[in-house]
Order: sequence, then structure tokens, then C-alpha cells
Amino acid sequence: MTDSASPLTTPLHDLHLELRGKMVAFAGYQMPVNYADGIIKEHLQTRENAGLFDVSHMGQIRVRGENIAEQLETLLPVDLVGLERNRQKYALFLNEQGGVLDDLMAIKLRDQFLLVVNAACKHQDMAYLQSALGAHLDIELLTDKALIALQGPKASGALQTLVSEDSVDLSTIKFMQAAHINLNGAECLITRSGYTGEDGFEVSVDADAVNSLTRKLLEHDDVSAVGLGARDSLRLEAGLCLYGQDLSADVTPIEANIGWAISPVRRAGGAREGGFPGASTILQQQQNGCTKKLVALSPEGRAPMRAGTKLLDHDQNAIGQITSGGFSPSLGKPISMGYVSSELSKSGTVLLAEVRGKHLPVSVAKLPFIAHNYYR
Amino acid sequence: MTTKFTNDHEWARQEGDIITVGITDFAQSQLGEVVFVELPDVGREVSQGEEAAVVESVKAAGEVKAPVAGTVIEVNEALADEPEQVNEDPAGKGWFYKIKPSDDSQYAALMDEDSYQSMIADLA
Repeated sequence: MTDSASPLTTPLHDLHLELRGKMVAFAGYQMPVNYADGIIKEHLQTRENAGLFDVSHMGQIRVRGENIAEQLETLLPVDLVGLERNRQKYALFLNEQGGVLDDLMAIKLRDQFLLVVNAACKHQDMAYLQSALGAHLDIELLTDKALIALQGPKASGALQTLVSEDSVDLSTIKFMQAAHINLNGAECLITRSGYTGEDGFEVSVDADAVNSLTRKLLEHDDVSAVGLGARDSLRLEAGLCLYGQDLSADVTPIEANIGWAISPVRRAGGAREGGFPGASTILQQQQNGCTKKLVALSPEGRAPMRAGTKLLDHDQNAIGQITSGGFSPSLGKPISMGYVSSELSKSGTVLLAEVRGKHLPVSVAKLPFIAHNYYR
Repeated sequence: MTTKFTNDHEWARQEGDIITVGITDFAQSQLGEVVFVELPDVGREVSQGEEAAVVESVKAAGEVKAPVAGTVIEVNEALADEPEQVNEDPAGKGWFYKIKPSDDSQYAALMDEDSYQSMIADLA
């Protein structure tokens, strides 16, 4: 799809307009950057109560066939063979140099896997999966499914009110687990996960049932609609990488400081060591280190330091760049993430950021900025 | 006292021989919550249309251009601690800086309120 193509809409488009969503183009879709409350209130609503996000633009890819876990492991550097059913794993598509092509969630179900991928990458991911595994597996981009996320400390209580009687007690579903449940009369696949650092759920549901379900959730006193603007500030506070900014084909997972995403059995010395694209580079970097690293950055003043801002050492040498940055509503101050030379990546190191021609101090901090609040 | 407007959504208010500059209510509503304002140094000479201040919201950074050429004689220091004044009172407490103009004809040529209102009505 080209930029000139008319933007797509999600099944919740009319609801976004009713809620006075400020619509912007995002990954080929018209999506709400915020609603009437604005980004800061929506952000704090999610940290304190529950925020409801439309993430239907994301790709949901169903993979069926024989030996799916073994086949997917040839592409993904994670343990899918050993993953229990109804659990999900954070994973990465990689190129031969170890660069990140996309990040995703892989959910293991009884007879299939569901991959949830970034909106901007979904067609490229489909082409990649088809070309690599299409001869062995049935791979389908689900276009009749919507996806919503309910995030925050009160998400579980609000969602429980829509669970049909005699169905599941949500307290039995832990972080990164999945379940098929009936919500508001609709069959849903829920996972206890999200991208805000809070406890919460992502709910995959038929596109023709998502309006009724979403409106029902919004009737709950603890739930409000939250747009992409707060989604970005929430994930940044939680130290979670955004594909296209913090992650790209030019950086490896080790450089991106998400080496934990390489499952131990796929690492050097593991039972199923390597065997994924870019493994030689990634495993070598995992053992010997790399020259640049993604770090948390805390600007010392009040000026936000946004993506693209150059980072310098005290001798004015370029030593890196900010890849995500903005204002943290929870902390009331600017926060950023970016790549720096590994020797300058230690927490507390003071660097300079070039903001509108001025060199402003910024220190390397610890991720996450806000502690995760997952239900384990 | 009159207030005039620019295509870039600044307002300029002349009182005596001094012009106060801010951003319009439309501009602040488009920007969203303002979290940082960078003001010019007092004494700086600005030309008409030159970027004189920066306003950053949660979403994005924007420029505040000089509606007229002149010398910056005062800035709104309170915005350093209370940038949200730009949202709450854009035409009042949310002012950015004051200019002593070097060419009086520039102010006279700016848009009046009716013209500005019809311009933003077309944008909406």
C-alpha cells in the first residue's frame, strides 16, 4: 500500500468519531491519537484505572498445519516447542544480519498458533512467512477479527463483569497466558498481556461483535477509551520498544537490549542453539557484547528530546541518537530511549543531546522508567 | 488595543508601542497538552516570520514565529513552570513574549479577528 491510498478504518471507526477521537493516519489506518480527555488524562487513566485501546489495525496471523512450533522456530529465536498450550511468547522476525524485521506475540493454541504483528509490517510479515513456510503450513491474515486491549490495574475487574456465567475466573489467567472465553455473548481469545507495562488483556473477537463488546466495556465506571498518543507514552515509560523507532532492520536484539527475548534453549550452548536468521551475529554479540546499546535516557531539563535527536559526548563526538522520546505524564518530566556507544551505556553517564542547536545534558538511566505491574 | 493574527496561528496584541505575542486557542487545541516552552532571549532581534519560540506538547514540537520584526523586550517566565497556561488561557496568561516592533506597517497588515476566524473555519 502506498501513502496516497485512502486510509483504512477499523470496525470501531464510528465509535472513535462519536468519542471525538482526533484521527490521524497511522500505518495506513485512520486511528485516534486521543479522545476528548487528551493524552495526559488518558495515560493516567490507564495507570490508575483501565484504558481501552482499539488495536484492530495490528495483524493477526493464524498458522495451522503439522509441527507448527518446529517450523516457526526456524524463523523465531524463541522456544515454541517447549511452550505450553494457551501461552504466548514475545518473539522477533530477523534478517540474516540479525536485524529486527518485526516484533510480535506468538500464541500457542490447541491446533494452531496466532501471531500478533505490527500494523505497518503485517503484509511484509505475511509475504515473509509465506515464502519461508508456506509450502508446509497454512498461513492466513485474519481480516474478519478485531483486537482491543484493556489495560490498567482495574482492567481485570471490569472485564470480569462481561464474562458469561459458569465461564472463566480471570484470576486463574496469569501474565502471558491465553484463554478462549465468552465475553458479552461473543467468543473471544484473550491473552493477559499488553504494551503499557500494566496488568491487562488483549481481546481478539469477530469484527462484527467488537462494537457491542467495546461499548459494553466503556459503560463500566473504571474504563475509558485511550488513543495512540497515550499508548506511546505508556509503552515508553514501561521501557518497551516500538518497531520502526527503537527496533529496525538496522539493529539486533542484543543492541536493542532485548536479549532476554532469545530463549535460553536457542542461545549458545542451548539444546536447540541457533537455527534462526542472523543467529551467528546474535549469539556472538550475546557472548562478546556489541558496540552500541539501547538505553533509557533522562533529560536533565524540561525540554523533551524526541526521536532523531543526536547524542554527543563531552568532546562533541557523535555517539548515538534518540529513537523514542517525549513527556512522561506519570513522572511529569521528559523521558527518552536511544542508542549510545556501549562504553557510554552505564546508568548515570551524562551525555549531551543536540536540541535545536543547543547541547543539553541528558543522563543514562535505568529501564523501565515506571515499574511493570504484571499479574504473575 | 487591537489583536491581530497570522497564518501560523499566532496572535499579536498591540498596546502602546509594544506587541505581545501568543498562540491562538485553535493552535493550542490542535497541539494538545503543552509540556514545554522555549522562549527567546530578551534583547534578541527577530525578523518577521522568524522562529522566536518553541512550544512542545505531549505529541509534538511547534514553532512560534515572530508576527512582526523587532526586539524582544520581555518573555513570560512563568511558562517555564506552568506551560499548561498555554492551553488554559492562550490569549491571556499563556502569552509568550513582547516585541518592540521596528516597522509599524507590519502589524497593520496582519489579519484581523474576523479574517482569522473564517480561515480556521475553513480548516475545521
